Amino acid sequence: MSGTSLVTARERALAVLGGEPDDATLGRYLHGIPGVDAVGLEQRAAGLGTRSIKTTSKQRALDTIISLIDLTTLEGADTPGKVRSLVAKAMTPDPSDASTPRVAAVCVYGDMVPYAVDALGAAHGDPDDGLISVAAVATAFPSGRSSLEIKLADTAEAVAAGADEIDMVIDRGAFLAGRYGLVFDQIAAVKEACRRADGTSASLKVILETGELVTYDNVRRASWLSILAGGDFIKTSTGKVQPAATLPVTLLMLEVVRDWHLLTGQRIGVKPAGGIRTSKDAIKYLVTVAETVGEEWLVPHLFRFGASSLLNDVLLQRQKMTTGHYSGPDYVTID
Amino acid sequence: MTRLAVPKTYKLYIGGAFPRSESGRTYEVLRADGAFLANAAKASRKDARDAIVAARGAVASWSGATAYNRGQVLYRIAELLEGRRAQFVAEIEEAEGVSRAAASAQVDESIDRWVWYAGWADKFAQVAGNANPVAGPYFNISVPEPTGVVAIVAPQDSSLLGFVSAVAPALVAGNAVVVVASERFPLSAISLAEVLATSDVPKGVVNVLTGSPAEIAPWLASHADVNAIDLVGAGALDWISLEIDAADTLKRVLRPESGPDAAAPALGRISAFTETKTVWHTKSLR
Repeated sequence: MSGTSLVTARERALAVLGGEPDDATLGRYLHGIPGVDAVGLEQRAAGLGTRSIKTTSKQRALDTIISLIDLTTLEGADTPGKVRSLVAKAMTPDPSDASTPRVAAVCVYGDMVPYAVDALGAAHGDPDDGLISVAAVATAFPSGRSSLEIKLADTAEAVAAGADEIDMVIDRGAFLAGRYGLVFDQIAAVKEACRRADGTSASLKVILETGELVTYDNVRRASWLSILAGGDFIKTSTGKVQPAATLPVTLLMLEVVRDWHLLTGQRIGVKPAGGIRTSKDAIKYLVTVAETVGEEWLVPHLFRFGASSLLNDVLLQRQKMTTGHYSGPDYVTID
Repeated sequence: MTRLAVPKTYKLYIGGAFPRSESGRTYEVLRADGAFLANAAKASRKDARDAIVAARGAVASWSGATAYNRGQVLYRIAELLEGRRAQFVAEIEEAEGVSRAAASAQVDESIDRWVWYAGWADKFAQVAGNANPVAGPYFNISVPEPTGVVAIVAPQDSSLLGFVSAVAPALVAGNAVVVVASERFPLSAISLAEVLATSDVPKGVVNVLTGSPAEIAPWLASHADVNAIDLVGAGALDWISLEIDAADTLKRVLRPESGPDAAAPALGRISAFTETKTVWHTKSLR
């Protein structure tokens, strides 16, 4: 769970770009990327969504989904009690079945990080070791409309409170205005702010908010930009804007991640978030990941679902598979 | 010049929409003389599951409506049925092979029964509820509340009357229903669903499945999100094991009935799908 070192990230960006990451160079580079075939992309995504996953494959898929969930609460009405119950659910998603895996992380606002860390106790750690991370949204989430100083302070505070992962939002206004250098610098600065006193660094997820980027071409450019600037993960949405995560957008981002891996050998994570509410939808994403970047991406440090209600639906499906009859919402906890 | 008839395919009614069965299956509905009448959708367990999800989603708004409003909405359905009498009469005549007079009588009886139940909507609580005498300065009031999602296996030997007799009472208290129509005579049930779709009943309050009750009923009986099951038309099925399945999740169960008096109008059919809530309240603080 150690983020990529900054020096290599910047050097790599310079090597790929062939110059300083200013507006002109980035603009030239990003606009040189071939456009997206929207019809082809949507057809491919629709095709991947038709796979039939049944019986033991489905059981495995459901467990994989749970282990990849960032269980999220991002409401104005969040209380320490709400965060504690969210953590309890993350640690024991289904009290009636001890074989249920834990989720990968809990995702909360920065000021709720201490309560999450406290509630997790010994269960706090790397999801690759079966423990649960704490992810915090930062940088004036969800709009991203504030000064860089405030964004950096927001980030540093969450990291100091014990957050293992930072979900930052890009400045969509600057991106749409073509100020790619500014967006790049902000991501790089936030990445720097993720560094802890002991030299390790919190993992950085960069939220593109694809619903506000309007076109697939923009999503592809923003993905490249975020990866070049040092993001460890690219994330579709805040969940506050419609449309949030869609299968075509996630497929497109996975394709960028695949191309980046071919180019540099570095593995970047992808996190679709918002609007994924059913097991059926989530399984489509698993298929898309496996078919686009390979099954080795289906691990917590390379793929996550940002979701809150998805977990309950997966638990209901799981109960159906173990008991043989349909379960109901009375048999899962309301978080 | 002769004209090629366009036979209608009858679909399911789930969540206010008319989907085909998720399984893609249909079955042939035959006239009394064995000739082809129409194709109907053959619902699968997944259709039943979807219907229950739709019903659960509708419980809050339907049970939250005032009793007076529910009564008005139900009465409106009777009005719409009256307007489509001719269609129902023709359908019953064809499907059951009965005389026009008998079919007319069945439609009349169905409409009257619907009106009878609609009238109970804002009255049954006065009868089924109570102000209990207690040894203290308290009001102690018991009121019937809807149990939630009610699954129904409709009477199998009747097109419309059996269906209406089973569905209407469950709706009165504010329950949402998932009903498996008669396997032999499913057409009137779907036509009634078309009436419901254009009435003021919120989507999801009534969900109609056609197909094999023997196949679907066990999934309804064991489904943990169903609160009660009315087995009135399940006499030919292994209804004892359905009752056992239902007991696993503490469902209320009504047992099969047969004959022309099956599901006869009764206040008991309304209160069977209610839970009694009792509240205490101080009489005064003098």
